[in-house]
Amino acid sequence: MNEATTPMFPELPSSAFAPLSLPESEPLRQQPAASYWSDVWRKLRTNRRAFCSLLIILMLLVFTLIGPLLWPLDPAQPNLDLISRGPTLGGQAQVVDLSRPWVVPQVTSWPVSPVSNAQTLAAPVAIALVEPATTQAVRIQWDPVVGAAGYVVYRNDHQPESNQDLGLPLRTLFGGNQVGHEDRLRLRPGTYWYSVVATNGVDESPVYTTLAVDVHPGVRLRDLPQLGRAGQAGDFVKLPAHPLGTDYLGRDLLARLMHGARVSLFIGLTAPLLFVALGALYGGVSGYIGGRTDRVLMAVVDFVIALPFLLFMILFKIAFGIGPGESGILPLLVALVLLSWPGAARLVRGQVLQVREAGYVQAAKLLGGSTLYLVFRHLLPSTFGVLLVALTFAVPSAIFTEAFLSFIGMGVVPPTPSWGSMCNDGMKTMMSHPHELIFPAAMISVTVLAFNLFGDGLRDALDTQLGEPGK
Amino acid sequence: MIRYLVRRVLGGLVTVWFIATATFFAMHAVPGDPLLNDKAVTPEIRANLEARYGLDQPILTQYAIFLGHMARGDFGISFTQKNRSVNDIIREHFPVSAGLGVLALVFAASGGIVWGALTAQYRNRLPDAVIMFLVILAISVPSFVVAALAQLGILYVNRWFDASVLPVAGWGQLRHALVPALVLGLGTMAFLTRLMRSSLLDVMDADYIKTARAKGVGPFRVFWRHQLRNAVLPVVTVLGPAVAGITTGGFVVELVFAIPGLGRYFVQAVQQLDYTVIMGTTVFYGAFLVAMVVLIDILYGLVDPRIRLQ
Repeated sequence: MNEATTPMFPELPSSAFAPLSLPESEPLRQQPAASYWSDVWRKLRTNRRAFCSLLIILMLLVFTLIGPLLWPLDPAQPNLDLISRGPTLGGQAQVVDLSRPWVVPQVTSWPVSPVSNAQTLAAPVAIALVEPATTQAVRIQWDPVVGAAGYVVYRNDHQPESNQDLGLPLRTLFGGNQVGHEDRLRLRPGTYWYSVVATNGVDESPVYTTLAVDVHPGVRLRDLPQLGRAGQAGDFVKLPAHPLGTDYLGRDLLARLMHGARVSLFIGLTAPLLFVALGALYGGVSGYIGGRTDRVLMAVVDFVIALPFLLFMILFKIAFGIGPGESGILPLLVALVLLSWPGAARLVRGQVLQVREAGYVQAAKLLGGSTLYLVFRHLLPSTFGVLLVALTFAVPSAIFTEAFLSFIGMGVVPPTPSWGSMCNDGMKTMMSHPHELIFPAAMISVTVLAFNLFGDGLRDALDTQLGEPGK
Repeated sequence: MIRYLVRRVLGGLVTVWFIATATFFAMHAVPGDPLLNDKAVTPEIRANLEARYGLDQPILTQYAIFLGHMARGDFGISFTQKNRSVNDIIREHFPVSAGLGVLALVFAASGGIVWGALTAQYRNRLPDAVIMFLVILAISVPSFVVAALAQLGILYVNRWFDASVLPVAGWGQLRHALVPALVLGLGTMAFLTRLMRSSLLDVMDADYIKTARAKGVGPFRVFWRHQLRNAVLPVVTVLGPAVAGITTGGFVVELVFAIPGLGRYFVQAVQQLDYTVIMGTTVFYGAFLVAMVVLIDILYGLVDPRIRLQ
């Protein structure tokens, strides 16, 4: 205010310029001063995207840590009867005893005098199931055809339209008196059409008889203990549910995803923690000492950054080698830490250099603060924010690296599941069984997405100078 | 300028030496004997190899021999492919990777600039939200999944047109490279879009823009002459890391699309433990990346004289 001897607006009375007095009835509104971290937390909470991402990350941790307790299937237990099945909630299956061989029904007193012309052979009659058809075995039987020297059994997945459309030839029986067949060839629940054609030993008869068979899920008696069930042949038992289906060895995908999450998230969280800590220590020391030491230490950082990352990940993986029975997680971790620490070192060094010269640190020094006090009270806390953001963004890249290495066969060793190796397995059957690729790929994507969005939100929340959110 | 140039090139050479050293000692730590292969090695071959690489000498002598070979640009002969030198492999397959990489970089840079400009123009409106969501998606899905899905996409396109519009895999013509290059450049494109958006938003309300508008410059000219030119500078700085990302990201794309690039041979060599090819390719890639970074630094120094003062 400059000297207000002449009022600028003469029409206003001088009383308009009298100072206001605060009405006494209204007390001063006060709230506790928000600390830096509570402010960050408030900003993070109001950022809907970041908050949702945080919830997803927490849910992933629950999935990983508690999931296997709730879903105790063994991720390494193959089941060759359930290869590459889509998601299923289980259901009933009939127990079949296959421990003894099934003898093809034979008619004992049958004159074996084959006809010379196959065209004259009649179609078999009275073709019927011997016992309930299950995915374990379908047993059929028919009445012998006069003049036949044998039969051919076909199977198709639709009603045959002609004798050229009988489907897969399952078996040729030599002997007009052998009138049965047991089919155990990759049966799936559904309907199959079995056709039987008589032969004279050389040619097939043009006429055929077809039997439509509804095949229901079946389970072998000897597999019951493995499934944790008990029963006898003919009983119905409940099959285990595979909510996400099974993989190419019949292993439960959900259990594998949970155990794979342990590997992927373990690497994805531990490696960044380790290399950020290492880098922070290195960069902090370098920045604090400064001068020639700093230059030398930073030259080393420049060198390590110049190494082509993925190539050296692979080189280190080979160099560490993997002994028998090892999962290959540790070499991966060490290689990641060895190659990734310089980024954090640069960040922290920059921050320390900046803060070291700041007025409040100089003031603390002048007031007699010891080096340790300065480091722990001022320098380290000032780097927390940067480090936290670096850490959040390092998680997705570590998960990606693990997935990439597993993809080219340089990651964790089977049977240890990881999301990357599961994707790699799933890609081979992408066309026929897409669920094997979709679920692990979705897990990787959601995890990476959550960490990326959370990192964005965290950076916005920590950056006090940033006025406009979302910029 | 000359001093700056010399300093950058010398620094690059020292970095390449460091990469070669790290490669040598990492490979030396690999368990097992390279000569104890599945195939029986005759005493003559063993003697030849020992003489060439000094395998019976102490490790420092071997290291000196290795450095000598590298300095002469001689990467040796493949351990698993008959009669093929690593130089031949690089000469034959690197141009394929480089071609793919250049195309990917073109896609990434042009796409990043266009999408970034669009998001900045439509800030906080629907196109911005849609593009930024796609960007986040592109960053979050692993590249091999994108590659596989793209291949599946080509298959469906071909089936839809009932003709071979685009090849599913292989190499030879430009049309073989289109989709792989797009997949390869996708991550970089997403990254550049984000960068372009924020740097455009930074200059959006700058005083010189207001001045230009006040003078009556049309919106297109303002964007083209004033905003884009200023905003594109930070994009140039990240081209170095982008080249690195695209060259090594090429492994996956080359594997999935069956492209005979160097990346695929590197992965193959790793799986077969082909010592010379692994070492040669690593040193070559490292040197290439360092050269690119130095080149971009020098270019940037030419464009922006302030950089040289550091």
